[in-house]
Amino acid sequence: MARVVVDVMLKPEILDPQGQAVANALPRLGVTDVSSVRIGRRIEIDFTGEADLDRAREIADKLLANPVIEDYEVRLVEGAEVA
Amino acid sequence: MRIGVVTFPGSLDDGDAARAARIAGAEAVRLWHGDPDLHGVDAVVLPGGFSYGDYLRCGAIARFAPVMESIIDAARGGLPVLGICNGFQVLCEAHLLPGALTRNQHLHFRNRDQWLKVEATGTAWTNGFTPGQEILIPVKNGEGCFVADTKTLDALEAEGRVIARYIKGNPNGSQRDIAGITNEAGNVVGIMPHPEHAVEALTGPSLDGLGFFTSVLRSLAKDGQLAGGQQ
Repeated sequence: MARVVVDVMLKPEILDPQGQAVANALPRLGVTDVSSVRIGRRIEIDFTGEADLDRAREIADKLLANPVIEDYEVRLVEGAEVA
Repeated sequence: MRIGVVTFPGSLDDGDAARAARIAGAEAVRLWHGDPDLHGVDAVVLPGGFSYGDYLRCGAIARFAPVMESIIDAARGGLPVLGICNGFQVLCEAHLLPGALTRNQHLHFRNRDQWLKVEATGTAWTNGFTPGQEILIPVKNGEGCFVADTKTLDALEAEGRVIARYIKGNPNGSQRDIAGITNEAGNVVGIMPHPEHAVEALTGPSLDGLGFFTSVLRSLAKDGQLAGGQQ
């Protein structure tokens, strides 16, 4: 079995109100040196056999990310402990 | 005239949408997400709610439902389709409408009666309104902030494809106060507020929502005269 990880992030020009809310909460923790927080999503895909990066890209492009507002990155995780 | 209303797992407003279609004078036909057969309907409403629990992104999974494959094909062929709230999100995810709907800018769920100004009145779903008409219908969403790149927004404006804008306050931060848009052909319309909740004095703030449903009936009747009942 093999694992592919897909990271989905809002495009830089899209406002991320969740990230802003987190950034605005940081001073309450005494953190004052963070200028920006952006929140995305990490998706782990476990293939039954060999990891298929092209297939993972297709999944990401069609379903996991909305290319209108999001960018994604697909990467193979070597030696991942896959259940 | 038969207006189909789709039920996805997690749809909430399918009953109200069917009721609004009936009040407007149509026969409401319930369509099931797992059934690709559109049962000969003349128009389709994708209702509000939380299809598939809003998992992944609102509308992202509903787009791949068997019924949606038929609707996407039929919409490209001219079938009038109205997406309300979650239905609007589904239409954007299905690329029948441009842009996307994201988390409300202020992060709060907004539930209130909302004033809108109707702009494009050449569409299948808005032809009963007059340009500039102000209407009051409920809005209720957590992810209703319409976004698109500047080029797309400019094109929507230039081509007169903004069907309604928020006035007297923007409830979710939508770019350029956009509440609803249409496709190039004018048969597919998405709107974030809920016209189906403003069709009766007892339960709604106005009867303004009825205009969307009577518009499509008028448009179908007109097309019927011109094209012998075929869209």
